[in-house]
Formats: sequence, structure tokens, C-alpha cells
Amino acid sequence: MIRVENLTRYYGGTCAVDEISFEMGSGGILGLLGPNGAGKTTFMRMLTCYLRPSSGNITVKDYNIHEHPIQIKELIGYLPESAPIYPDMLVYDYLKFVADVRNLEKARADSRIKELAGMCGIREVMHKPVGELSKGYKQRVGLAHAMMSDPEILVLDEPTSGLDPNQIVEIRDIIRRIGREKTVILSTHILSEAEATCDRIVIINRGKIVADGATDELKRQAGSGYIIHVSLRHGNPGEITQAFTGVPGISDVALAGSGDGIIDFRLACSGQRDIRPDIYGIIKNNNWPLLEFHRETGTLETIFRELTRGN
Amino acid sequence: MNRAATVFRKEFRGYFISPIAYIVISVFLILTGWFFFSTFFLFGQAEMRSFFSLLPVIFSFIIPAVTMRLFSEEFNTGSYELMLTMPVSPPDIIIGKFTAAVAFVAVMLAPTLSYGIFISFIGDLDWGPVAGGYAGALLLGASFSSIGLFASSLTRNQIIAFITGMSFCFVLTLMDKMLFFLPEGALNFFQYMGAGFHFQNISRGIIDSRDILYFLSICFVMLYATNLVIRERK
Repeated sequence: MIRVENLTRYYGGTCAVDEISFEMGSGGILGLLGPNGAGKTTFMRMLTCYLRPSSGNITVKDYNIHEHPIQIKELIGYLPESAPIYPDMLVYDYLKFVADVRNLEKARADSRIKELAGMCGIREVMHKPVGELSKGYKQRVGLAHAMMSDPEILVLDEPTSGLDPNQIVEIRDIIRRIGREKTVILSTHILSEAEATCDRIVIINRGKIVADGATDELKRQAGSGYIIHVSLRHGNPGEITQAFTGVPGISDVALAGSGDGIIDFRLACSGQRDIRPDIYGIIKNNNWPLLEFHRETGTLETIFRELTRGN
Repeated sequence: MNRAATVFRKEFRGYFISPIAYIVISVFLILTGWFFFSTFFLFGQAEMRSFFSLLPVIFSFIIPAVTMRLFSEEFNTGSYELMLTMPVSPPDIIIGKFTAAVAFVAVMLAPTLSYGIFISFIGDLDWGPVAGGYAGALLLGASFSSIGLFASSLTRNQIIAFITGMSFCFVLTLMDKMLFFLPEGALNFFQYMGAGFHFQNISRGIIDSRDILYFLSICFVMLYATNLVIRERK
């Protein structure tokens, strides 16, 4: 359905999106996760043909963004961040305009606007100017805007930002319902939201994809593995690395930092067995002065923090 | 084209949602009415030439005020992102906005038709030059609208868009009044480039294809330039 190939975008000298490639079939909800400024919005703007990539390509069905922007825009409904809708227009007039641009027939447009008004809970504000609405209502009008033509792909940039907890639950329900039949791409930096709504999660950091997988799979990875941090006062990191590498249960030994004669190690562990006694045994046998020793259990949050550290 | 028409309807209606349209039309009617009728009875001639000769200067600052919001406001509020991610192409948006501005100029001019009707009661008005004058006024309005639209596409600040558009229009209007300062060899060129010169010809009732071509080329060049600016923004 959607294929992204080596997508890159520069703003002047800064690289916002750096050689991103992934594919997505039809149906399901994909969550784009990343810290602020990771390139989520830039990616979405390129997908919706608002920005042109510096290089690379996106294909949606058989169309590509360079040659068939109009056809792609017809397939996609897009809610930009904070729903910047014309403040002077009445909600009804605005939705009518959207229906017009989307080439809905007159009778169909009326029934669709009614349907969306019910679905998004904006019936009572239909005859108010958009500028007078609260952020939550504006966001819902934006959602109605995106869903007007019942598009095959829905792209939502932080759809729940600025909403109160009740509204967040409502909007999530709507998104999940749509995700059963259509393809939804949403961006967020709220991890619980991604966990609750998305079938697949792509984590972006500094314009690059750092993790990509089904939500359950990522969670399982995070849940089964854990990380042990060890700080030692010792001169030879190579010797320590060698000693730890042989231990069954440790999948990766990484030097996290060194300085002032102190060496920090990150030991990625997998399996159910607690291997802390084994590690302590090695340290004791070698008589390395131990400064710190603790375990961190994995959740989506640790994965996210791990991958997007240094921002 | 269908979508350009949709954009046109939205923009044209947009003018009349806010009070700006009514203020601009009032200012325009008061200014032209005052300047025209304050000398009309002194001359004692049943014609509208002095009304039309006012238009280039008045349009030079009224029309940029009408067009300044067209793109600047969208860039500023971010609504341009919504607009462009719906299935419309930049040319659709530009043509829709441009025709809406021209239609607004026509609405603004419409009440002044009553001047002609009143004059025809008190004297023998020749409708030929009047019709030519209105045709010329629309062409002039269209070219100034295209200039204003271009100025608006350059910036997200409406005031900058207004001042840029106004300066551009004033230069075109006053160019053939400043010929005195120019070297002889360049006279013809600069006279030909001035909007005032071409507008005078049409408002005298002479429909010359060169004048029409002049205004149409300004529109075309400016709309094309707007398209380039918009594409560059991507």
C-alpha cells in the first residue's frame, strides 16, 4: 500500500529525515514514535505531498509523490498538528468546503457531514466560527475534515494533543474503529497511547528509523530482556568485556562510558533466569572494585529511551 | 478547474465573512465619490473621465489591501497545510484566489455604475467611453490583484505583503508621470511599461489590443511568478 524508499529531507543544512525506508500493507494502525524534532511531522508532510523530499520516493498504491500528488492526496485524509483550520469560517461551512474539494455529491456531502458530526461529537458547534472553538473541538473538526471522503489512508499528526482524558479515550476509540478497515498512520510522543492503539510501531530518532516492529513484539522484546548496569574501577575494559562475554544469558556487552578510571558497562540480558549472581561471582573472583550494580527491566519506555538517548 | 471554482467560492465568500470587505468598499466609494463629484459640477461636462483617471492611484493602495491576506494569512495560521494536502494543485489555489480578488474588485466597482446613471439624467452621457472605462478598470484591477497576490505569496506577514504590493502598483501607476526625469532613449520603454498610460487609452474608449495585451501579460507574469514562489516553498 505504502512504500517509502530512502526518503531524505533537508531544511537548509539540517537533515530532518535521513534515508528512511519502510513498507506498509493495507489496514492496521502504524504509530510513529519519536522525541520532539525527530522528523515525524516532516515525514507526514512528505507523505501528504505538502513538502517535497530532498531525495527518495514514496509510493502509495501505484502512484508516487513526484508524479501523481493529486491522486495520492485523494487517497489520504490528513490531520496536521493542532488542526490549523480557517478561524473565520463556520464549522459547517468549512466541512461543506472540504466536501466540495473532495468532490462529494451534494446529497452525499450533507449526509456525510451529518454522520461525521455525530461520530466526532461536534454537532453542537456546527454553527460556530472555528476560531471560537476550544482546542479539543478544533481537533475533532480536524478529524472530521480528514475523514470526509472516507479515505483509504488516514494520516494523523498527534491526534490527541490538547485533549482532555475523556476526549482522548473517545478519539482513540474512533481511531481504533477506523483502523479495522483502513490504514492509519499516527504520530505521537505518548508511549502509552502508541501501546494502546497501534498495531505496529516505528520509532524515529534524528531522522532515522531506530526500531520497527509489531507493538506486541516490541513489548515482548522489552519485557523478556533486561539490562544490567555495572560500574567498575578498573583500568582494562578489554579484559572485563572478555570476562562477561562468555556468561550464558548475556546477549550483548557494551561499554557505556569510561573516564577517571571508572568504566560503565551495559549488559543486555535475555531469558528468564536471573544472572546477577553469576556476574557478581566474576567481579568477586577478579577482585574488581565494584561501584554500582543495578538491573533495569524493559518496557516500551526503556526501549524508547534507550534508542532515542542523546537528544 | 472544478477545484479552482471551489477555491474561488470559498475565497469570495471569505471576503464577506469579515468586516474588511465592507470597510474597503466604503473607503473606496467615499474616496472616488468625493474626488469625482467635488470637481464634476465645476467642469460641467457629462462624462466620467475624471472618475476613471482616479482609479490607478486609488486601486494602487486599495487592491493590495484586498489581496494581502490571500496567502499570508494562510501561511501564518498554517491553514495552507490543510488546503494543500487536500486534492488541489497549487495552480488551482492560485487561480481560485486570483479570480476571487477580481470578482471582489467588480463588486467594489458595481455601485459606481450609479454615477453614470445619475449623470445621464442631467446631461447627455456617451456610454461608449464609460463601458470602455469599466472594461479598463477591470483589467487594471485584475493586474493589480495579480501583483497583490504575488506579494502575498512572498511573506507570512500581511503588512509586508500590503506594502510590497502597494509599492509595486504605485511604481506602475506613476511610471509614466515621471518620464521627465528619464533619459530620452528610455522614454518610450518606460511609458509603455506604465499602467497609467495603458489605462488612459482604454478609459478614453479606445480599445487597443496592445493595452489589453499589456494588462493580460502582467496578470500572466505575476500569476506565474506566484506559482514559482509557491512551488519553491515546498
